Amino acid sequence: MSYKNIIQNIQNKFPEAVIKEGQNNGQQEITLALSEFVEAMRILHDNSDLPFDLLLDILSIDRTSRKPRFDLVYILMSTQDFSRLIVRLEAGEGEEVPSVSSIWHSADWAEREVYDLMGITFSGHPDLKRILTWKNFEGHPLCKDFPLEGKDFDKPFDPETIEDYP
Amino acid sequence: MAEGKTMTLNMGPHHPATHGVLRIVLELDGETIVSAEPRIGYLHRGIEKIAESRNYQQVIPLTDRLDYASASANNMGYCVTVEKLMGIEVPKRAQYLRVIMAELSRIMGHHLFLGTHALDIGAMSVVFYAFRDREMIMGINEEISGYRLTPTFFRIGGVAHDTTPAFIQKVRDFVKWFPKGLAGYHTLLTENKIWTTRTMNIGTVSAKDAVNYGFTGPSLRGSGVAYDVRKAHPYSSYDDFDFQIPVGEKGDVYDRYLVRMEEFSQSLKIIDQAIENLPEGPVMVDNPWVSNPALGAVQKDISALIRRFMIQTKGPVAPDQEVYQSVEGAKGELGFYLVGDGSEHPYRLKIRSPSFYLAGALSRLLVGHMMADAVAIIGSIDVVLGEIDR
Repeated sequence: MSYKNIIQNIQNKFPEAVIKEGQNNGQQEITLALSEFVEAMRILHDNSDLPFDLLLDILSIDRTSRKPRFDLVYILMSTQDFSRLIVRLEAGEGEEVPSVSSIWHSADWAEREVYDLMGITFSGHPDLKRILTWKNFEGHPLCKDFPLEGKDFDKPFDPETIEDYP
Repeated sequence: MAEGKTMTLNMGPHHPATHGVLRIVLELDGETIVSAEPRIGYLHRGIEKIAESRNYQQVIPLTDRLDYASASANNMGYCVTVEKLMGIEVPKRAQYLRVIMAELSRIMGHHLFLGTHALDIGAMSVVFYAFRDREMIMGINEEISGYRLTPTFFRIGGVAHDTTPAFIQKVRDFVKWFPKGLAGYHTLLTENKIWTTRTMNIGTVSAKDAVNYGFTGPSLRGSGVAYDVRKAHPYSSYDDFDFQIPVGEKGDVYDRYLVRMEEFSQSLKIIDQAIENLPEGPVMVDNPWVSNPALGAVQKDISALIRRFMIQTKGPVAPDQEVYQSVEGAKGELGFYLVGDGSEHPYRLKIRSPSFYLAGALSRLLVGHMMADAVAIIGSIDVVLGEIDR
């Protein structure tokens, strides 16, 4: 039960860090608090029992009316026994989430994508800028209040107005 | 050039060696790369956003356009995710047919890798042999579905229709022929002195780095980590088949090439077992929400007509739950995170594309190498931009 040990380990060091843990659809899942998030993630990565050394993906879910508004989901995997762990984090609108790109390099682009498409900002990210859209793009397309056809679909397209990062 | 001065070179998005519309801003000191910054988004179509306004069946053709070099593997990923969310058990015959299509598409994806990678490095003739054999798989796709590149043969709950005798024959012909074709590729490249000089000890990634970069699939296995979703988390009856996971040692361009070459024959082994042991039975689950009633019944029976109408206009409904499921695509772990909200549309669909993380590591991989090796490294991680930009 090395997984239980890790959770115990996090709870011993940071009693407030783990809000909830359990199974969701047969998948191991924990919900972490925003306050000691990076420290808890570092334990998940660095521990010797079952190191979750591969960050598969980061995604965000827009819950519109709920407060806090966003769910952030981190999908971790251990290359020791290939088991997966889903880490959930709740973030309000305009709230800064600490970046984990210093732990996993793959978080670099994943966080940029979340910022670009959902508008969640990450503190401590080395180079947080838009990745799939361009510099002066307005809005965050995957938010539920962004119209499907885009905000300027009825205006003529002018490539001259598009600004790119230097 | 004066000492200490660097030059900025813009590679792409329209460059034949970037395999699509990848753009890389390179900073060069002489011919050595000092820093590299990949820029993506030139093929962004908003598939995740569009999916939120379609019903579950209508998303399948969109997934074909992710990794368009191996379309059936994407269908597989999306369909098994939706089935896990809805609790649908697919009949055995459909599972085997899915495996055949997914493995054929993996071979197709590796053909594109092999041909273009060799072309980038300067071996002109390989691409003709690779595309000759790829054409046979295109013919199989056309036979079963009518489309050559993007078959969209999968449906939620099974596959579109049963096989034809010509399909079985074409697959058998391919299984019989392909070992000879593969031996040809090996003759052209594997011990070729120019090839080994250009690829050995270039773009070396240690196992630790590869894991940290988020590599999966052949690129991770080239670095020596034996992770394959088909073995670690089997889906669609993959545990019925006997196959090995090839791994490399050093993690250089040559190792990644060898891993993919070995995957050709492992995929072929799976196809051979699946086509020879194809179980009898239906190819679609008998579930009133996903399987269409027989055409004859629709003309005689009002309840069958209503059922067909509801399936065509509304489609299946997913429970208010979340699920993550992944499959082994041609480039690595292709994951789908699906959030249902009790309606007929996905509330949120996130696609974990392997190429996204492979391209994200280019900023580290290219530094310190010569300009001419950049195309070898980009080719060896085998990215497809349809999947990166989504």
